[in-house]
Amino acid sequence: MKQVGIKRYCHVKNNKVYLDGALIFEDVQNDTMKSFLKSAYRNFKIKYPKFFKMDEISKLGFLAAEVVLQNIQKNNIRESEIGIVLANSQSTLVTDKVHQESINDLNNYYPSPSVFVYTLPNIMIGEISIKHKFRGENAFYIFEHFNTEFVSDFIDMLFTDGKVKACLGGWIDQSEKDYEAFVYWVEHYDNKVFCPEHTGALVRKLYEKF
Amino acid sequence: MEELVEQLKVQIIKQLNLEDIEPEDIDPDEPLFGEGLGLDSIDALELIVLLEKEYGIKIENPKDGQKVFFSLNTMAEFITEHRKK
Repeated sequence: MKQVGIKRYCHVKNNKVYLDGALIFEDVQNDTMKSFLKSAYRNFKIKYPKFFKMDEISKLGFLAAEVVLQNIQKNNIRESEIGIVLANSQSTLVTDKVHQESINDLNNYYPSPSVFVYTLPNIMIGEISIKHKFRGENAFYIFEHFNTEFVSDFIDMLFTDGKVKACLGGWIDQSEKDYEAFVYWVEHYDNKVFCPEHTGALVRKLYEKF
Repeated sequence: MEELVEQLKVQIIKQLNLEDIEPEDIDPDEPLFGEGLGLDSIDALELIVLLEKEYGIKIENPKDGQKVFFSLNTMAEFITEHRKK
């Protein structure tokens, strides 16, 4: 039986982007999450105008996924065999509040459709899936803290059941004060290509690196 | 009318977060959806909100939307005829 391994991982936090543990971009001059994400988008030369229409947490997840998926070869893997399993602690609370503020005053009641559509964390999975044409199993979980054992077990189960041949996993979180993303790519590997075995302990170790 | 078209360009870019587009990039006769600016269904809803919020115009019939939002010029003509603000 083929093993399942972590081929690549990315952290985005404190206005820095790391790929496989190495710092690849930082912009400490931009003091807001929004301006940092825009600066990172430009830096990585991503061409996807819809990025600017996303809420901040979707931009964060999208950006981390872009970094991880750059140069990943998906040979012999069908779009329906690529899954996404993400989690966070705040769902889309920051965006939910923006929407709430737009409907508080009945005399100035103009809810924005483009804000409302982002009041579910699953939409982030949708944005990544649309860009990369992933059509496999997906799930988004809410935990107080990143439950690496649960997420890795769930992903392993998808592999064992033959539902996926590759999967994006991770933790994309945003609060009023802070944000962080940790995204990793898991796929089958054989002896020719080494990548460390996908376990909850390894995911935790990589996640806690920064 | 020309002034209204220029105002609409700025409002649309802001409301729809069209970061990579400058007002001068928008041809007032070009279709807003599909080709042209390539807007989508959520953008259409945002334009409906924009008309109501900024000009006091409610679009009750979705079929009207297709004609009104065909281009910037058709939007400007509709606003000129129906504006309450």
